[in-house]
Order: sequence, then C-alpha cells, then structure tokens
Amino acid sequence: MIIERLESAMPGVVLDHHSFRGDCTVVVTTANLVQLGDVLFGEGFQQLLDVTAVDWYERDPRFDVVYHFLNLVSQERLRLKVQVRDGEAVPSLTGRFPSADWSEREVFDLFGIPFTGHPNLERLLLWKDFPGHPLRKDFPLDGGDAFCNGDTDTSYAGRACTLNP
Amino acid sequence: MERTAPTLERLDDDRMIVNLGPSHPSTHGTLRIVLELEGEYVLSATPEIGYLHRGVEKLGESLSYAQFVPLTDRLNYCSSLMNNVGYAQAVEKLLDLKIPPRAELIRVLVSELARIGDHIVCVGINAVDIGAYTAFLYLFKERETLYDLFEMAAGQRMHTSFTRIGGLFRDLPEAFLPLLDQFLESMPRSIDEMERLLTRNPIWVDRTKGVGRISAEQAIGWGYTGPCLRSAGVAQDLRKAQPYLGYDTFDFDIPIGTCGDVYDRYLVRTEEMRQSLRIVEQCARRLREVSGPIIVDDYKVALPPKEKVYTRMESLIHHFKLVMHGMDMPVGEVYSATEAANGELGFYLVSDGAKSPYRIHVRPPCFPIFSSLNEQVKGRLIADVIAILGSMNVIAGELDR
Repeated sequence: MIIERLESAMPGVVLDHHSFRGDCTVVVTTANLVQLGDVLFGEGFQQLLDVTAVDWYERDPRFDVVYHFLNLVSQERLRLKVQVRDGEAVPSLTGRFPSADWSEREVFDLFGIPFTGHPNLERLLLWKDFPGHPLRKDFPLDGGDAFCNGDTDTSYAGRACTLNP
Repeated sequence: MERTAPTLERLDDDRMIVNLGPSHPSTHGTLRIVLELEGEYVLSATPEIGYLHRGVEKLGESLSYAQFVPLTDRLNYCSSLMNNVGYAQAVEKLLDLKIPPRAELIRVLVSELARIGDHIVCVGINAVDIGAYTAFLYLFKERETLYDLFEMAAGQRMHTSFTRIGGLFRDLPEAFLPLLDQFLESMPRSIDEMERLLTRNPIWVDRTKGVGRISAEQAIGWGYTGPCLRSAGVAQDLRKAQPYLGYDTFDFDIPIGTCGDVYDRYLVRTEEMRQSLRIVEQCARRLREVSGPIIVDDYKVALPPKEKVYTRMESLIHHFKLVMHGMDMPVGEVYSATEAANGELGFYLVSDGAKSPYRIHVRPPCFPIFSSLNEQVKGRLIADVIAILGSMNVIAGELDR
C-alpha cells in the first residue's frame, strides 16, 4: 500500500488515513509537502489531477487543502490532504507538477490560501480588486459588497450588503 | 518547415500586445488571451479566464443534491448529457447506490451520443477557425439529428438535465430507436465526407501538423486527459482503465496519436467518433432486449411515480419528504471521475450529512489543458494560436464554472 511506502520513505509524515467508498485519503503534514510530492512522483503518482480546498470554518486548523493524484500505470487514485490555519501558507507543488499552477491560483483566489514558491500567485477567476474569497463559508451568499467599487475590506462575517457602506 | 521566433537582433523592436478575446469568434465562449507579439510571432500568451464564472460550486452548497443537476448542464454545454451522468454517478458513489441495468445502458448510449456531438463541435469549429467551412457544415447536419435525439430523450436540446440521482428522468420514447438507426446509418458517411475534405488536405495538414506538439511526459505533467493526452501517445481512457457503467462489456478501441499536435488530436477525435458509434450500435441492440425500470425503486432516493403520489398516502409522504428534506446522506467524501469528451470530468463531493453538499467541486477537463497554452504557443505564429486553441476544445462554461 502507498501509505506504508510513504510512512517508510518519510516517517511521521502521515497524520491520518482512511478509506471511504474505495477512495483512499491520506492526511499529511504541511512542512514536507514538496518532498512528499517527489516521493509520490517516484511511486508512480505522476499526474496531479486537481487541487482544491474545503473550509471547515469552526475547526482549527480551518482549511483542508485537497490534492487528487492518479497513478497512470496501476490506475490507483490517492487523495492527499493538508490542514492549514487561516493565513497559513502551503508549499506549492508547481515545481514537480505543472498542473498545480492554475489549480493553486484558483484555491488562492476562492479561499485565500497562499502558496509559497508559486511562480505567479494571482487571482485566477476573479478580478484583482475583488474583496474577499467567495468559497469561504462566511462569505455572504448574495455576493456582499463585491460589486461596490472602492471597498476592499475583506472581513465579511456578519456584515449586511449595502450599496453605500 | 521549422517555424520559431527569430532572435531579437534580427528584428526591429516592434513588440506589440494584442488582445485575443474576450469576444473573438475563435475563442469558444468568453475567454481572453493577452498575446505579446513580435511581428507575427508570439513571445508569450497570458490567458485571462473567469469571464463566465458563475460560482457554480458556491451555488451547489445551498442546493439539494438533486437540484444541482441542471447546473451541470451548463458546465460543458456541448455535451451536457455527459455532465449529468458524471454528476449523478458521483452522488450515487456517495450513497453507494447501484442503478438498474436499463438505466446504465441508456446512460452509456446518451454519453456516447454526447461525445460524438462534442467532437463534431470541436473538429468542426477547429476547421472553421482555420478556414475550412465545409467540413463544419457536413458535420452539423448530423449534429442536428443528434439534438433531435436529445430532445426526444430529455425534452430539451441543450440543457438536458436527463439524469436523476439513482437513474434517469424518463425512459426513451418509442420513436427514439428508429431515428437512432437513421443516425447510425448516415453518420459514418458524414465522417467519411469530412475526412475526405480534411485528412489529406494539404492546407489542413500544413496548418495542423507539428503545431502544438507535446510529449507524453509534458502532457501528463500538465494534467492533460482525454483526446489531448491520448494524441500524445498515452492510452489512458477511463472507460477502459477504470470501467464504469459497464463499459467493460462493450467492444471498442482507444485510438492514440504519436506527437500530440493539432493534427493528431483531430485524428484521435475523428476515430473516437467512429468508436463511439460502435458503442452506440451495441447499446441500441441491447436496449431492444433489456427492459425494466430506469430509476431505483427506493423512495428515499428517487421520487415515486406521480400516479402513486396522487393515489397513495405513503407515496405522497415520500414525495414530500424527499422534496423538503432531501435524501439521507452519509458523512464522507468522494471523488468520482468519468471520461467526458474533453477528458476526465471529476466531481469531488464532501457531505456532512445535510440536505445539500458541504462542498462540491468540479474538475473540468479543459482547465489544466488550457493552463498550458503559453507553453504550447510560445515562439509560434499567431495563426497557430487559433489552431491550438481550437484543438484544446476549451469550453468556457466548464473552465470558469
């Protein structure tokens, strides 16, 4: 199993793992993520299909950053997770996996999770001055003040949408 | 003929920034590419996306699982049926639900028809962008029949919303199979006609061969899936590699290319249309034998039939409960992938047991492919950008979500 091989290659890196409906999930530490990416690449997980995040706003650490890997030879899939606090940065995997480029930018854009070592960490889907990060759970469903120009305050919790703040 | 950018010394300093899009006829939806040019040569291309961002994933967090189906129509609007199937399959994986055989069969049938429709658009539009209008017309005649079939099945041409959690919205009408037989008869001829116009056409070959070349390692690294990956020589197709919906019981082949250029992508897509026709033929044969329900007989997941709702108390309660409170969802997370026309279409669902998903994420196949645009067009002519963009089959609806 890949979990044992990860554990033997980098002891202490695997914090937790579980399997649900045949999907294997491994929760790992943030610190050695780039090195871990290299190990996974060596184990045959050469395609990073997707990077996304989940906001568990009442939990500490608040975010899960979720990576989906595919091994093209054995057709195994692996879901890798790291847990980060609000504002805490995650090492970028763009060095080994070019496909992380836009996916990480998207996570940065919609969740506000920064990635260290990313060559061009800018918003992807939204415009530069967009206030806040819409996929966070405390972002108002009606879009908030996003369409009112000039307001770049990013704290949205508990605030009503007004045209003239 | 090797076409790369001349060195700076050879040219006067005539760099130019050109905006391709957001509403350019060859940008396939609203996407914008900022091109830095030196004469006709591209120094760099910076795609700007998000013009069609609707916040689908955020919307999904406040809709019930069943209510999300219509939003999947609008992801890849050229093959909405496949998005419906992919999404329903993800929810069924979360529920650990097995759908009836006839529903599986019809899902395969409509998926393959949608794949043909998607490839028609991709190949046809790619040719139009390069200047060959006729191939497009020959194929669009067939696409019209396809859309008639979709309309018969789902009641809608584009936004089909054909699947339900646990099966399908309804069975195929009686007139469907006869029209399908007509389509199966005429479509191979149309592909032949198109191939006669393009495959050995010197202008087409000159404009596409060697353009957008990519190695297998690069393609894997960039997260390529689908025809673009296969044209680079990697025989990865989820229908064969990780069979779902009983694809392993069908007889079909996976075409692969050698160098991943626009010409190979065209050839792979053309052959995939023929292979999909083979699957459709087998489906049509089996559909005449396999009868039975098209949705699971579990009223905690699927709505009871209307006759029962109006005549039986239990069914009325089930209907009410399902609409108002939704399904009983397990707590957990799944990633389910299907082979869509562009590549791997993935849905990542996180459930906390509530009526709506806690998080729903779509992995659109063209997103990673499009992210490699700069690598593909650097040093090439501006006209090649159009050819490469067309062959990537970027659909802004799924790119921006």
